[in-house]
Amino acid sequence: MSKKSTDKTAAAAKKTTSAAKTGGANAAPAAAPKPAASGPNPSHSSPVNTALSADEKVELYRKLVRIRRFEERSLRAYQAKKIGGFLHLYIGQEAVAVGCCSLMGKDDHVITAYRDHGHAIAVGMDTKALMAELYGKVTGCSKGKGGSMHYFDPARNFWGGHGIVGGQVPLGAGLAYALKYKGLKGAAMAFMGDGAVNQGAVHEAYNLASLWSLPVVFVIENNGYSMGTSQARSSAGELATRAAGYDMKWEIIDGHDLYDVRAKMEPLLRRAREESKPALVEIMTYRYRGHSVADPDKTYRSKTEIEDYQRTKDPINLFRAILQSEGALTDELIEKIDTEARSEADFAADFAEASPFPTPEDIQKDVYWEADNPSQRTSGGRLFFN
Amino acid sequence: MPLITYREALRHAMAEELTRDENVVILGEEVGQFHGAYKVTEGLLEKFGPKRIVDTPISEAGFIGLGVGASMLGVRPVMELMFWSFYSVAFDQILNNAANIRYMSGGQINCPIVIRGPANGGTNVGATHSHTPENILAHHPGVKVVVPSTPYDAKGLLKSAIRDNDPVFVLENTILYGLEGEVPAEEYLVPLGHADVKRAGTDLTIVTYGRPVIQSLAAAQQLQQQHNLSVEIVDLRTIRPLDIDTVLASVRKTHRVLIVEEQRPFCGVGAQLAYMIQNEAFDELDAPIQRLGTVDAPAIYSPPAEIEQLPNSQRILKAALATMGS
Ligand SMILES: Cc1ncc(C[n+]2csc(CCOP(=O)(O)OP(=O)(O)O)c2C)c(N)n1
Repeated sequence: MSKKSTDKTAAAAKKTTSAAKTGGANAAPAAAPKPAASGPNPSHSSPVNTALSADEKVELYRKLVRIRRFEERSLRAYQAKKIGGFLHLYIGQEAVAVGCCSLMGKDDHVITAYRDHGHAIAVGMDTKALMAELYGKVTGCSKGKGGSMHYFDPARNFWGGHGIVGGQVPLGAGLAYALKYKGLKGAAMAFMGDGAVNQGAVHEAYNLASLWSLPVVFVIENNGYSMGTSQARSSAGELATRAAGYDMKWEIIDGHDLYDVRAKMEPLLRRAREESKPALVEIMTYRYRGHSVADPDKTYRSKTEIEDYQRTKDPINLFRAILQSEGALTDELIEKIDTEARSEADFAADFAEASPFPTPEDIQKDVYWEADNPSQRTSGGRLFFN
Repeated sequence: MPLITYREALRHAMAEELTRDENVVILGEEVGQFHGAYKVTEGLLEKFGPKRIVDTPISEAGFIGLGVGASMLGVRPVMELMFWSFYSVAFDQILNNAANIRYMSGGQINCPIVIRGPANGGTNVGATHSHTPENILAHHPGVKVVVPSTPYDAKGLLKSAIRDNDPVFVLENTILYGLEGEVPAEEYLVPLGHADVKRAGTDLTIVTYGRPVIQSLAAAQQLQQQHNLSVEIVDLRTIRPLDIDTVLASVRKTHRVLIVEEQRPFCGVGAQLAYMIQNEAFDELDAPIQRLGTVDAPAIYSPPAEIEQLPNSQRILKAALATMGS
């Protein structure tokens, strides 16, 4: 238990050295993430960022803030016992989802794990439906059936919200396969945590994607911990460079810096779309809260470690500072965005509160065959329920 | 007898077996430093050290398979699945390897492995975290499937499981972890494959296991008080091997049967039981066998709806009355 706070630093240091090595013929010249403070960051002058209008920049900032306020509000609802089950908060990681999803064209697709609130808001889902899902209401984005871990919105090319660690990653390859098979445009992004990389299914997906040249970018959101286990205690070797074994391009990205995320993701996503080639990115990020709200977060990392991140690397603060220096954000606007985000979250909670729960009859709706075949008898034995 | 929780009972079983046999090791996600996702293994790392209590990466197929391999060489791994719902990730290792090896090797190799962890719904964690795979596991010859309903049984059964020379799957119920019960201070074992009559009665047999045992006991008390019905409750404790003799003895006494399982009914344990009862005691039955289970749908998240989906003592009471024809 002595390793707590050093694990992550050790892993990061290790990464820097080996990232500096070339990673095989096809590997990208991956640069170690640069601390945001040290001099001009080339990502900031990347065309994908300089092409943004002031309004677009403000929109990106607004999304970061909306995610955070939504989650803070949901945490209060959880504490008031309005929400059941697990609540895995994304606070601290917002720039990853917002940065990646901001690059989505209408033909691009996203799939992620159970820490899905940020991605859902980033793809444009309605926070009322998201909050209602947490409350288990029929007005929720999965009609109260899925809960926090299982948000879905196919209309926005958002394919979930998945509860089995790593299980969504082959599905992401499958989305890409479908695009290619049907001759459609676009690419898929498959998000996973740093703990998911050790699941066999993830490696099988890497292999298939590379073998069949699928238009997918695998995104590891490396927040340093899988539940209570630091990366150093759970993963041998590097996470991003594992791609080299599959002859797949890889990149390491500073996930605290939204511009870095956009600058480094964009070419890979474009390459996936245009050349149908997969890639793997590892985005360095951090979560401020416990693994889930139920996690007391005391046995595996120190309070100072969290506070250090909040102070020096908070993605919202960093992006705000950048936009202020660019003149895109004024104090009034910052204030306004924050107030609006808070009231949006409150409004979502009010909406959720006022919505009805699913009825007992709803339990069996949406079951594949049974739902469409009311005369079926396969569920016989469920007597005495009414 | 001291009162301890189901969770503590499991922990004590592991601690005693770790002490008794140095080949016993505990492996699983977050079992050590994090003290177990449900705190079942709390304190074991401090007591037995990191060689015996091992945190694994999230790689169920890998570490369960590793456990099977180690067990072939005489290590006795007790593997925690953070949720039994994740059995599917390791299913190949569980069924193709653990359950088959003794047979495929012509009886030359045993796998003294225990896989344990929380199962069942009721905690609003939705469809991927609420599986109850006892029927799926028990379908396979060669394995033992154990579902304890009380702290006493949990401790005694787990100790037997750890000493068993073949794969044993212990399905704990998340909601029962906090349940208190009397557990003797001195060492004891509960043998695998022996059902237990948790309550004697003469009018109706409820055959059940796991959490519904507790709910059935509550229902039986009400049935006694309000309807003057004497209900016998048979707790299977082990799904495979299935102690059908204890069930049949009860049926011969009461002549009516209600099967209650916290499981979807289709292809469930109750279907097997109903078949065996009618096959061997058809003449004893005064009424059709009835079943009460979970509403046949994936686990719904919505908290109030999940309550509707699962059995509870009111439903058991209603089902019991219906089985009696009233
Ligand atoms: C197959 C499977 N095993 C275990 C779990 C329990 N579990 C849920 S999240 C988690 C940690 C995952 O960490 P990581 O992939 O790094 O993602 P993060 O939580 O950091 O976003 C674990 C062990 C699960 N949901 N599925």
